[in-house]
Amino acid sequence: MPQIAQLSATYASQIFWILLVFGFVFFVIGKGMVPKVMATVEARDKQIASDLAAAEQARNAADAEEEAWRKRENENRAKAQAIISAAKADAAKTTEDRLAEVNARLDTRVNEADVRIAASRDAAMYEIEAVAAEAAGDIVTRIAGITVDDATARAAVKSAMRH
Amino acid sequence: MAAEAGKVDPMHQFTIQPLFGSGNWEIAGYNIAFTNSALWMVISAVVLLLFVMGGMKRELVPGRWQMAVESFTGFIDSMLAANIGPAGKKYVPYVFSLFMFILFANILGLMPLAVIPGLHAFTFTSHFSATGVLAILSFAIVLIVGFAKHKLHFFSLFVPHGTPLLMIPLIFVIELVSFLVRPFSLGLRLFVAMMAGHVLLEVLSGFVINGLNAGLGIGPVVSVLSFILMIAIVALEFLVAGIQAYVFALLTSLYINDAENLH
Repeated sequence: MPQIAQLSATYASQIFWILLVFGFVFFVIGKGMVPKVMATVEARDKQIASDLAAAEQARNAADAEEEAWRKRENENRAKAQAIISAAKADAAKTTEDRLAEVNARLDTRVNEADVRIAASRDAAMYEIEAVAAEAAGDIVTRIAGITVDDATARAAVKSAMRH
Repeated sequence: MAAEAGKVDPMHQFTIQPLFGSGNWEIAGYNIAFTNSALWMVISAVVLLLFVMGGMKRELVPGRWQMAVESFTGFIDSMLAANIGPAGKKYVPYVFSLFMFILFANILGLMPLAVIPGLHAFTFTSHFSATGVLAILSFAIVLIVGFAKHKLHFFSLFVPHGTPLLMIPLIFVIELVSFLVRPFSLGLRLFVAMMAGHVLLEVLSGFVINGLNAGLGIGPVVSVLSFILMIAIVALEFLVAGIQAYVFALLTSLYINDAENLH
């Protein structure tokens, strides 16, 4: 086993060279280069993280923008709806007023006509009574030979017509 | 590692040899020959350097290479974050170096470079004199961080919560021993796992060679079966190479967690 057989002859050289070479590895590679490599990794991670954060922020901003737009849109829609319904209500009210007015006018005219009709009828009735009374008086005079005064004939006609 | 008299020595691959006539280099009386082991440490470090350099383009949208490097740093980072918490961040350079250095050493040591004459891949993580240094390094960091952060209160690590008063001396000793064993288990685990795999591959390749040399008969059958087994075991060894590097890094981070947060 050369490791043991040669130990006394080679240990100094082994220790010297490994310390020298490992010292080189540690100070030049470990201390000199590794931190730079790791700094690169760190810088990249940081960049990625910040890029992600920026993207996230942009997305949030876009979301907020969209939300605001949606809100505005809804408001506008509601406003338009309100205007439409107000216009509708207005139109309906106008129509109603006009109708009511026309109705009222028609009613008064109908009433007037009714009154006129009633007056005409009354007048006609009166005339019929008068004619009937006159005719009744004449008939009585001719048949019975009695002269009936106008008022009596009229009363008789009235009572007859009532039945 | 070639056969002498038809024999393949599975341990020969671990022999350390000085290269480029550096056998006599010394500092303060200690031999610091530039060996094949040291060469493969340097190769691992250079390949790791090239690998990480490929990930240094620092582009916002990473290419494949950069992605690969970043996935390794991210892997270590998340492992430390999971085991230690936010305080684990400052250990990323160390644990990353440890993990990647061991991983590259393990994998490069598995490269079949011996098909090119004169080249032999050498796995320095199969030497406890190398893994031990890394283990002691990790252990030293644990001790330094622990005592710097918690002062003498760090010893409360050895007394788990809810220990009966009577048991404290015994538990303390047990916990202390288990704590002190850590660098050994850490270093030996890697060394043993790597060595065992390489020995197994070498033994099987010896079967293949000897079977073919045995002429017609049962020999070639053994060779073919051994070769199929070797393919499977090489795949397993790649897995082990990754797992052992991971285990080393994971245990280091767990031990650092003890030092950072006690328990």
